[in-house]
Order: sequence, then C-alpha cells, then structure tokens
Amino acid sequence: MSLNTDRLLSPEFQLISSWIEPGSRVLDLGCGDGTLMAHLQESRDCSGYGMELDPNLVIAAIENGINVIQANLNKKSLLDYFDADSFDYVIMTQALQVVDRPDQLLEEMLTIGKQSIVTFPNFGFWKNRVQLMFSGRMPETEVLPYHWYDTPNIHMCTFRDFESLCEQKGIEVVRRAVVNQQHETTLGMKLLPNLLGEIALYQIRRKSERA
Amino acid sequence: MSTESVGLVRPQTLHVSEPLKTVSGAVIPEYDLVYETYGQLNDDRSNAILICHALSGNHHVAGYYEGDEKPGWWEAYVGPGKPIDTNRFFVVGVNNLGGCHGSTGPASINPATGKPWGPDFPIVTVPDWIVSQNKLREHLGIEQWAAVVGGSLGGMQVLQWAIDCPDRLRHAVVIAAAPRLSAQNIAFNEVARQAIMSDPDFHGGRYLEHGVIPKRGLALARMLGHLTYLSDDLMGKKFGRELRDTLKYSFDVEFQVESYLRYQGEKFATKQKFDANTYLLMTKALDYFDPSAPYDHDLSKAMARVQAGFMVISFTSDWRFSPERSEEIVRALLDNDKNVSYAEIESQHGHDAFLLPNPIYEGVFSAYMNRVASEVGA
Repeated sequence: MSLNTDRLLSPEFQLISSWIEPGSRVLDLGCGDGTLMAHLQESRDCSGYGMELDPNLVIAAIENGINVIQANLNKKSLLDYFDADSFDYVIMTQALQVVDRPDQLLEEMLTIGKQSIVTFPNFGFWKNRVQLMFSGRMPETEVLPYHWYDTPNIHMCTFRDFESLCEQKGIEVVRRAVVNQQHETTLGMKLLPNLLGEIALYQIRRKSERA
Repeated sequence: MSTESVGLVRPQTLHVSEPLKTVSGAVIPEYDLVYETYGQLNDDRSNAILICHALSGNHHVAGYYEGDEKPGWWEAYVGPGKPIDTNRFFVVGVNNLGGCHGSTGPASINPATGKPWGPDFPIVTVPDWIVSQNKLREHLGIEQWAAVVGGSLGGMQVLQWAIDCPDRLRHAVVIAAAPRLSAQNIAFNEVARQAIMSDPDFHGGRYLEHGVIPKRGLALARMLGHLTYLSDDLMGKKFGRELRDTLKYSFDVEFQVESYLRYQGEKFATKQKFDANTYLLMTKALDYFDPSAPYDHDLSKAMARVQAGFMVISFTSDWRFSPERSEEIVRALLDNDKNVSYAEIESQHGHDAFLLPNPIYEGVFSAYMNRVASEVGA
C-alpha cells in the first residue's frame, strides 16, 4: 500500500529517522501525507499517530496507512488527546513557525513525549539577512517563498532565538543538525551555523533537574 | 464519485428460533431478521462489511426494489466504485430487531396472543442488537467482519460491536455518533415520545388493534427529529424567512420552513408508514446506549478490550452528535494506544451530513475502506 522507501524519503526525514530508536512510540505533529510516520512504521518498527489539520493531507495520510488524527493545535491542547509521557518521541517538522504559540506547544510536546525532534527554517540565514539589509524588505527565498502578508510562517526565529527559548524553559538540546536545502552540512555551517545554516533539526528533552 | 448502483435488490429473511434474552430481562422466543446483501463473498470469507442503520433506517441500504424509484438510504456511499465498494466487498444490511421493515418488532404478531405485540414488545437495546446481528454473521458463515460501519445510532452499534465482540471485526467505522446521549439528546427523544403517546389514536400502543395509527404524533416526532438533524445555518440558507404566499396572520402554514417540516412529518407517518411503537423503541435504545456502563462508566476501560482499527468521522455543523462527542470516542481509544484515525468534516448539513455527498467525506471514507480492502485481500 505505502509508497515509502528510503529512495523516496527526503534527506530531512532520513536524518530524523536515523535519530529514532527502533520500536518507539511516535507522534508526528503536522504529519502531512504521513510519509515520515509510514516510513518509521515500516523500517523502524515504530507505532503511533500523525496529527494534521488539512483535510486533503488527512486523506493522503490515511491512504499511506498511518493512524491520523485531524486536529487544530491552535485551538486544542495536546493534553486534550494524550496523557503525559505517552510517546518516546514527538516530532514536528517545519511547523513550529506556523503555530500560534510555539513556546506553549513545545512545553506540551515535552509533556506528552519523553523527547522531541523539531525542525524549522533559520531566519538568521545569510540570504534572509542580506535581503532585509539591502532591499529593506522581508525576505522571500526558496525556503520561505511567501510574502509578509500571506505567509503561514508567523513565528520565524533564528537558531540562536530557539536555543535561547530552550534555555529559558529548561529544555536540553540533545542533538542538533544544521543543513542546507539539499540537507547537506558544509564546513561553513559547522563554523557559523546561525549565518550559513538554512534548516535546523533539534532533538530536545526536558533537563533532568526539572523542578 | 461513481454513480453506479448495485441495481435491483431483494431482501432475505433469517429466522432465529433460539430465544434472545434481552438486557431488560425479557425474552423474545424467536424472531426474524430481514437483510440484504450486495457484492460477492470472497473465497476466504474475509471481505464482509456489516452496515448498521440509524433511528429510521433499515436493511435497504443501497440499490432499488422492483418498480421503486427511490434507492436505499445510503446509495451515495454504497455501490460499485463507491467508498463501500461492492466490487470488492460483500455488504450486508440488516433491519434491527424491534424495527418495522420486516424484522420482528412491535407490529409483528406475538405468537403467544395471535395479536400484534404492540407495547408488549420487549424494550431492546444496542447490546441486544449486537447479539442478534451476531446470529446473522454465523448464518452467513462469516468468521470476522472486515468492517462494521454505521452513522448516528448505527455508529453506536459499531462501537458496541467492537467492545462486545472484539475479535469479530477487523475495523470499526463510526460516523456522526457519540459514546452516550447527553441530557439534551434524551430530552429531544422524550418530547418525540410524548408527541406519539399523547396522540388520541395511540391507544396505549394498541392502535393496530383499533385499526388506526397515531399519525399526528408520529409526524410531530419526526418534525422535531428533522429539526435536530439540520443546522441553523443550513435552514437559514434553505428557507430563510421565505413565505409561501403573503403574511396572513393566521396559524396556517406561512413560512417555507413550516411547510417543509410538515411535509417531512406527513411523509414519514403516512407514506413511509413508520411504526410508532418502533419509533418509541429506537429512541429508547438511543437513550439507554452507554457501552461504558459495565466498565465503571469509564469509556477508556471499555475500549481496553477493543481489537478493531477505528475510523471515527464527525461533521462540523452536527449539533445533535457534535465533533466533541466523537472526540470522546477517539480519546478513549488513544488512552489505550489503539489504532484510530479521526476526521472532522467541514459541512453545513448538520447531523444529516453523514448521508449526503461531500468530496472530503468521500475521500476519507474511501481511503480508509481501501485500506480495509487491501488488508483482507478484497
């Protein structure tokens, strides 16, 4: 039934998949057509659910053979659906910047999941900085192709912003990968991630000394 | 969406001679179940779908009777190339015990008296229906349903099936349902019952012996029902404050919405000849429905038994069984780490939406049923 093989999986999903322990319970927020979840089920023996708002993507996710719950996370809390520690991983790819309150959602993710994997585009990427600096206008790039007025990305941040939020909330960064659109990591990105990195993948959890 | 139909169909009858002891403690010594089937049962008998009907539904789910222009009640969703694809599935529709379309019910003759059962027909509940439908499953030689599917009261039967007979169904498709009725739901049912029982032609339920039927009460009950199946928005769009003629300052039918409701009530009571005692029974079955009751009234505990994969569907404008009620079902399944998918379909058609064409609903329903089909090799 499912179309997913490693061959068709995006490099971003391949990287995430490699971070996930086989046999884990997984929740994928904004799961889209369920490609990642279906891959985790098939190749890493994972189980769990996807959550998605868009009805056509819900249909695609059902076709892809995953459990999908249609939900609007701007209107509902994850705790309306799940108890604490229900999952080994709560994943959210490229969706943190579109929700109403990313800070609250992160808290919820780390309540219902032992760990989270979050990916988002870096607003501090040099091309964005150059566009804003020289044209004086909001950046429009391949990763961020929208106008300021119609963009769903209402909470853009840089890697440094994200890490500062984690620090403030007692969230530990377990692992980080910074990649470009082709999901490669160059030497420059390793040296100056906040300037040269386009997309970041973070694996996070609550600091063990949480009060 | 396919417009093909299963075509001409004919009902069949199963006579069950084994007595059924109902939840209420009464015994139905023997009974008939009338049913229809569409499509072919495959060699390993794994592609059977049971469709449970709602309050006023019956076994005539799809296709046409000889000389009849109107198809079965779920023609939009059951047939060749439709979400419940009769090219792949063997589909079974059954009229519930206590019904009035051929299965034994209050209008049938009570063998003990030689007269219609009338008000003496035992109150049957959803679990009793599952027991009787299970007899039909055995009769058809089906070890396990590929899926049990239903909307509204039909969806409640699906839930009960999954809890009472966990290994007898692979999948459960629960549409526009609720895990139990709210006080408001019960109140609507009570007003409907009072409408019927206060009709002078009701005769304590023995109207058949008096050669009459409580048409006015039944029509009134149906009008109330209809009102709760539609959304405020839809009624506004459909009728607004449109008049049939000019204002007459009288109690005659003046607004179009009044005319519509009267027509629906009238049609139900006279043309469709729905039995008033059956209507009373069905509303009671709804009121009593609470599969969590034997499990400390904890739905999550009840769901722990479930083995079927679930597809739960609700509709945004359904205020009779709102999306929040469906989410209670979903939550209880999630609590148990069960396989469940959930879709809340945008629709302005209120509770009736589960019967009406809608591309997203069709997409969700088809996608899930395709999964079921490929699982069972259909």
